[in-house]
Amino acid sequence: MKTEAALATPGVLGAQAATQARRIGEPILVVENVSLAFGGVKALQDVSFDVREREIRAIIGPNGAGKSSMLNVLNGVYHPQAGTIRLRTGQTAWREFHDMDPHEAAALGIARTFQNIALFKGMTVLDNIMTGRNLKMRASFLEQALWIGRARREELEHRRAVEEIIDFLEIQHIRKTPVGRLPYGLQKRVELARALAAEPRILLLDEPMAGMNLEEKQDMCRFVLDVNDHYGTTIVLIEHDMGVVMDISDRVVVLDYGRKIADGTPDEVRRDRAVIDAYLGVPQ
Amino acid sequence: MAQSLEGLDTFPKLLVHHARVRGDRPAVREKDLGIWQTWSWKDYADEARALACGLAAAGFVRGEHLAIVGDNRPRLYAAMAAAQCLGGIPVPLYQDAVAAEFAFPIHNAGIRFAVVEDQEQVDKLLEIRPRCPTLERIWYDDPRGMRHYAEPGLAPYDTLLAEGRAALARDPAFVETEIAKGSGEDAAAMFFTSGTTGNPKGVVLTHRALIDRARAGAALERLSDSDSVLAYLPPAWIGQNIFSYAQSLVAGYCICCPESAETVMADMREIGPTYYFAPPRVLEALLTQVSIRMEDAGRLKRAMYRYFMALAQRVGGAILDGRPVPLASRLLYALGDLLVYGPLRNVLGMSRVRVAYTAGEAIGPDLFRFYRSIGINLKQLYGSTETSVFVCVQPDGQVKPDTVGPPVEGVELKFTAERELLVRSPGLFREYYKNPQATLEAKDADGWFHTGDAGYLDADGHLKIIDRVKDVGRLADGTLFAPKYLENKLKFFPYIKEAVCFGHGRDRVCAFINIDMEAVGNWAERRGLAYSGYVDLASRPEVYDLVAGCVERVNADLAAEPELANSQIHRFLVLHKELDADDEELTRTRKVRRRFIAEKYAPLVEALYGGEASVHVEAKVRYEDGRTATIAADLKIRDVKTFAPAAAARAA
Repeated sequence: MKTEAALATPGVLGAQAATQARRIGEPILVVENVSLAFGGVKALQDVSFDVREREIRAIIGPNGAGKSSMLNVLNGVYHPQAGTIRLRTGQTAWREFHDMDPHEAAALGIARTFQNIALFKGMTVLDNIMTGRNLKMRASFLEQALWIGRARREELEHRRAVEEIIDFLEIQHIRKTPVGRLPYGLQKRVELARALAAEPRILLLDEPMAGMNLEEKQDMCRFVLDVNDHYGTTIVLIEHDMGVVMDISDRVVVLDYGRKIADGTPDEVRRDRAVIDAYLGVPQ
Repeated sequence: MAQSLEGLDTFPKLLVHHARVRGDRPAVREKDLGIWQTWSWKDYADEARALACGLAAAGFVRGEHLAIVGDNRPRLYAAMAAAQCLGGIPVPLYQDAVAAEFAFPIHNAGIRFAVVEDQEQVDKLLEIRPRCPTLERIWYDDPRGMRHYAEPGLAPYDTLLAEGRAALARDPAFVETEIAKGSGEDAAAMFFTSGTTGNPKGVVLTHRALIDRARAGAALERLSDSDSVLAYLPPAWIGQNIFSYAQSLVAGYCICCPESAETVMADMREIGPTYYFAPPRVLEALLTQVSIRMEDAGRLKRAMYRYFMALAQRVGGAILDGRPVPLASRLLYALGDLLVYGPLRNVLGMSRVRVAYTAGEAIGPDLFRFYRSIGINLKQLYGSTETSVFVCVQPDGQVKPDTVGPPVEGVELKFTAERELLVRSPGLFREYYKNPQATLEAKDADGWFHTGDAGYLDADGHLKIIDRVKDVGRLADGTLFAPKYLENKLKFFPYIKEAVCFGHGRDRVCAFINIDMEAVGNWAERRGLAYSGYVDLASRPEVYDLVAGCVERVNADLAAEPELANSQIHRFLVLHKELDADDEELTRTRKVRRRFIAEKYAPLVEALYGGEASVHVEAKVRYEDGRTATIAADLKIRDVKTFAPAAAARAA
């Protein structure tokens, strides 16, 4: 009898699942009419799109379409000549900026990974991920040097957070291995771990699957989906592998020659005439 | 000590006892978030008590089965103890089994409740749930990835524990009463044997049987609460269960659970277990790793390694056995210990190992000697699920590589006319669950268990196992053919991972070979031999030459043994895929299923005997996620030189 009752009412987990089920929220990042030029080269022209909370948003396009430029604008490496970027900072509070610097972007909760891995090759996986906590450390230089006061407490706290990420991304076995000795696929995973260590609200991934074999790609897809699901992180990713993009993203922006040519769900984009032309060429 | 354990005839009683007499000593360790977390015996007992109350509140009753699926996790061990507290029977299942393999045990035992490790196991159970309507509740230890699951009856372990703690607070006497009700004659656990044919059989073992054998083993090796063991093999396997559950509860030693399967080596170095168990294949893999790393070492180190390993081969075993060794060799060995053996033991995580066992299948004599020669007290053990493991153990100082030692205290052995070994001991199983016919076939009226192994006792009373009775065959001319004996000889070479020999009723012996990807890949790299993958590498003529060399040496060895000289291997082929348990070619304990393979690859066997130079093959492979695909390849067949018995002396 008891079990019947237990079956009828969902357990604690069931209730939790109902309230925390992944739902895509309101826009958290809005890009409006952004244009970026390097001398005469127009990398981005009048690009607008938005990113909703907790969604996986892909930016795709042929080579030289301006994907990486767009990502660099989002985290303040490049400053667009025109247009605005607005980032939601509270329930209704927005922050608008034209020339944010990367440090500021990180402080606002934007973290990223790079197309060609940018880790400290000689440092261990653990230390590399620890650097991702840098912005969260408050202890003064003196305290850290002498391992007193806040430094000790903080280090324990940060180490715990880092260990949770190590556990999450299943890289326990390489915790103490110098990054330079790891295969490419694992280095990519470590880079993701470091970005996660900053506890970002928005995670920018620049070609997370590039150069990977099928198994590594499957792993990475799983981790991206898991991060999105578990931490509720909003993810903006650039990717060349169409299969990956169509499988894991909620919405896709397509760029070509610096212009936005399509925007919508993977299915919509896949059927879009302009997209097909951009990728396959226009018949004469 | 032994006195105070009298009357403690069940595992829960032992657990409560340890919580009382050594409550603060470590019982279970697990590396979590990079730190070794410890449960004392008190914590272990508290956790088990609370869980038991939780299970009881969920409706778990005396005599009921509880499925346990997962890797070695302290909480899964606690769940086992909790079920036993209530007079229930834990049924550990192999965590790497595919979902369909769970259906039979769950259906067979009418299992209602399961405690599992993580999402992977939950998914598998949910998949078979439509076929197993009895399965009501599943509790999972690791909540990761589980937040969107809304299936009925699914809940985290923590919920069960919290409910149990609340129930325990309301009625603290309940669980103690339940524990007191238990008797040694109750079933303590049920293990499903991997079964080479037909459905697996549930082996029911009582508390008395398991505790008796665990005690006999512990007494033989003087195990105490200062020992520790690394639990890294599947808990569904009786051996792992004996070493990390039953014996730990008898001797009071600490079990350590590694962080993940990939970190076992590192974790082992950190823990430094004193009591160690490894099936031959793990020891082989370790040795292969060592050999490969030594090939990469500098010239000086390589020379040192070669010199001292040769010395160890000569005197290491004798020193370990306490036999007389000249002083000069002893001194050199001591130097070797400082320079090579000690560091090597440390790298292997075996610096503190006092007793190491290997069992499960025959171990290559050279492999066995390697470990003993560097000062690791590796010993062979013989037993099976049905005998609660301990039948024969090599005692310290009487270790012979080709035998498994004399019977352990309490065990009687005898042989049938076909050389089949029969065992009678207090550790024998009660029955195969719901299978009285199989029970009758395996255990006769006088209580003798038919092991199915062929063997004999040598002059010193040590048991020597040759093969399975049903596998020992005869060639067409009537000479003895012991396939496993040949396969083991082949497998001793680092380049050969698996071998399957055929010959029963045939005029000569032929073999399938599986190359060891790591060792052969490394070998190929060294020679600048390009290859695209397993299939390509396996079909390389250079690799065939390499394997042919190994087979030839086995033939030379065999020629020296009069009884087996005729079973030299005449032809072989290298298989295009690794034999895999997922394809049912190996059992879950990774023994080759010779008959199944012979049927599955019948055209290949025919080609071996038909005299063709190559054969086309298409094989279905099953990936870990259950999908299937087809691999096609042309396999070459190679003839090997055989030796006339007379010429053998020179060739060998």
